[in-house]
Amino acid sequence: MSTAYDEMYAADGSVRENYRSYADWLQATSADVIARKREEADIVFHRVGITFAVYGEDAGQERLIPFDIVPRIIPAHEWQRLADGLRQRVKALNAFLHDIYHDQEILKAGRIPAAQVLGNAQFRQEMIGVAVPEQIYAHIAGVDLVRADHGDERGEYYVLEDNLRTPSGVSYMLEDRKMMMRLFPELFARQGIAPVEHYPDLLLNNLRSVAPGGVNNPNVVLLTPGQFNSAYFEHAFLAQQMGIELVDGNDLFVRNDTVFMRTTQGPRRVDVIYRRIDDDFLDPLAFRKDSMLGVPGLFAAYRAGNVTLANAVGTGIADDKAIYVHVPEMIRFYCGEDPILSNVPTWELSKPKDLQYVLEHLPELVVKEVHGSGGYGMLVGPTASREEIELFRAKIVAKPGGYIAQPTLALSTCPTYVDSGVAPRHIDLRPYVLSGKEITMVPGGLTRVALKEGSLVVNSSQGGGTKDTWVLEN
Amino acid sequence: MLSSTADHLYWMARSMERAENTARMLDVTYRMSLLKQAVAEPHHEWRAMLSISGLHEDFEARYPAPSADDVTRFMALDQKNPGSIYNSIFTARENARAVRSSITSEMWEALNHTWLEMRNIHAAGIAEDGVSPFFEWVKERSHLSRGITHGTLLRDDTYRFLRLGTFFERADNTARILDVKYHVLLPSLEDVGGAADYYQWGALLRSVSAFESYRKVYRDQITPKRVAELLILRPDMPRSLTACMNEVNRLLQEINGPRANELLRRCGLLHGELCFGSIDDIFVRGLHEYLSEFLERIYKLGDLINTTYFWSTDEWPTALPAAAQSFKMASSGQSMA
Repeated sequence: MSTAYDEMYAADGSVRENYRSYADWLQATSADVIARKREEADIVFHRVGITFAVYGEDAGQERLIPFDIVPRIIPAHEWQRLADGLRQRVKALNAFLHDIYHDQEILKAGRIPAAQVLGNAQFRQEMIGVAVPEQIYAHIAGVDLVRADHGDERGEYYVLEDNLRTPSGVSYMLEDRKMMMRLFPELFARQGIAPVEHYPDLLLNNLRSVAPGGVNNPNVVLLTPGQFNSAYFEHAFLAQQMGIELVDGNDLFVRNDTVFMRTTQGPRRVDVIYRRIDDDFLDPLAFRKDSMLGVPGLFAAYRAGNVTLANAVGTGIADDKAIYVHVPEMIRFYCGEDPILSNVPTWELSKPKDLQYVLEHLPELVVKEVHGSGGYGMLVGPTASREEIELFRAKIVAKPGGYIAQPTLALSTCPTYVDSGVAPRHIDLRPYVLSGKEITMVPGGLTRVALKEGSLVVNSSQGGGTKDTWVLEN
Repeated sequence: MLSSTADHLYWMARSMERAENTARMLDVTYRMSLLKQAVAEPHHEWRAMLSISGLHEDFEARYPAPSADDVTRFMALDQKNPGSIYNSIFTARENARAVRSSITSEMWEALNHTWLEMRNIHAAGIAEDGVSPFFEWVKERSHLSRGITHGTLLRDDTYRFLRLGTFFERADNTARILDVKYHVLLPSLEDVGGAADYYQWGALLRSVSAFESYRKVYRDQITPKRVAELLILRPDMPRSLTACMNEVNRLLQEINGPRANELLRRCGLLHGELCFGSIDDIFVRGLHEYLSEFLERIYKLGDLINTTYFWSTDEWPTALPAAAQSFKMASSGQSMA
């Protein structure tokens, strides 16, 4: 594992071009002011209630996701390339989803092994032949990017994973920006920083653009699992920002394959559902029968084309870690272009040669469960104990197809306030790509930071924090 | 508005009003019990207090006898009593939490603060000399919630469903207080006019903040008939049945809706009878009979509000069964009518 690329400082200790204005300001600002601003941020976040619920013993307690005041700054030209790459990638992923639920051309052409797709637990038979508006499946995609260096100080970006089911975190992107503008308005006057505040407008436009055909003024709602879900704050926040109703399963019912919501003035038809409930829980008649969160008959209404679900059912087949390795091939197949963004080199443990190599090099590698997410069910070789490695080895040997492995990337770092002062901490980036009649996004995304020294796991469930993300305008 | 949102708003306001009225009833009972006048049986007032709330069976199953301490604990802090002040405030806060984005942040913060303090009080317990200050506190927090609502909230259906909950609960409570005083405390007419009688009617008036109003309106001695007139028919008396039904009737007309015909008709009938009622007619019929019927009628109105606005079954609305009464967070007092 080589030295990490630092976003602010070059290897020789000089400040990088994109951080120069910020560094000047930081130097001219006293430590007292910074300390006071950090306290203020804490108080405001608590008061506004930007928290996520904690399960278990402390049920009912609410916890803050730590916010760091040093922004992650991306130069304009870098973002331009990222945006082009994201557009290309998400377009190919949507084309892939349409293809495998219809003609399966990519499988017929032998570009992806059919067994890996059709035999995958994430492949939804029920979606075969279902027509969805604009042939869009992943309306909201959260693509996790990391940056790693190979000793040449270029800091190449890689796609770590595509989140195409119900990606979360965008409320933190918006609240982090609001907080930075409140705490340090002078920084925004010093240089052009691309705005992100219009994300809810883009999202609403996007959802409206995929309403079932013939609907003029679509009724869009946000479907939440309820107020005890850890992301409930985000659901309520986005619904309020978009001015749409926040509903749970009990607010909706289906009649004649049409979805209605119960209002005090009688039933009102629902056209588009931005759902933050997993496929399995959407409809007890179609999927898990024990689901108390869903709406009976919803899937039949969906198949009949009377309501749009965003994201579509069955997108998990495109962001599954076993399928991830094939995304560059999808881009070539559907777009006829070379991929702009690289994948992290990945060993597929279903292949005997890869398996043998990985088992011999476990202490150097990161191994992930193909269906896992949220930083659970993974092994980070360099930081794992001998027991943990042996435990994982046994799991891999028992079911090689359930895992992939990747080299341990030295994720880029960004200066971050920690107990001992300012220190470099590893970060990633999750831009949110919206697909409807067209593809839109706000510049940047959510930067997550692993607050523990040396840690590479940025998930909030694993002690990660967030930073404001600036894309410079010039 | 989503039915579930309206449901939460309505119960948020009802629960807070219920907490206030429970505090009022406990307070007056506490004061009456301090008078130590001769009563037919010990704990008479406390027994009456329990029947007002329809909770005497629940109480008797868990406590030996209705002593001042036990009834106060049961009605103020008992987590197992759905009608306790503790649970009413909890219910109000949980309903507010579910509709946080529909109410103003001041409303949420005040109610959340009330709940956090309630938790502290529950943990510390209420000392004997702390009973009256506690009731005062509950009343003040309820006044505060209502005041912030009045002073900060947009006058749309959010406001209307909140007010609907407040006045509905208040009408119910005033009727109960009056009924129990008349029939439990004074079963025989010979006692009417005695000193004990004076104190008890006075205490009753105080419990609904009507003592000074009575003096102003009647400038004469306290008689049961006048008390009943004040608390049933006077439209300018803010806790009277007529005043409450004036509000309920107006609010329902404003909310209206394609399925509200039957609800508006029944509410209008009840309201009209109050507007044109006379206390002599009521006494000819019998006060208890009159109040029982009133309670039964507003209970049915509550049912109709439920099926008209908060419907939560999969039935198409025109075919809603009248018994659809799944109040999500308020399983308490409705069963007592």
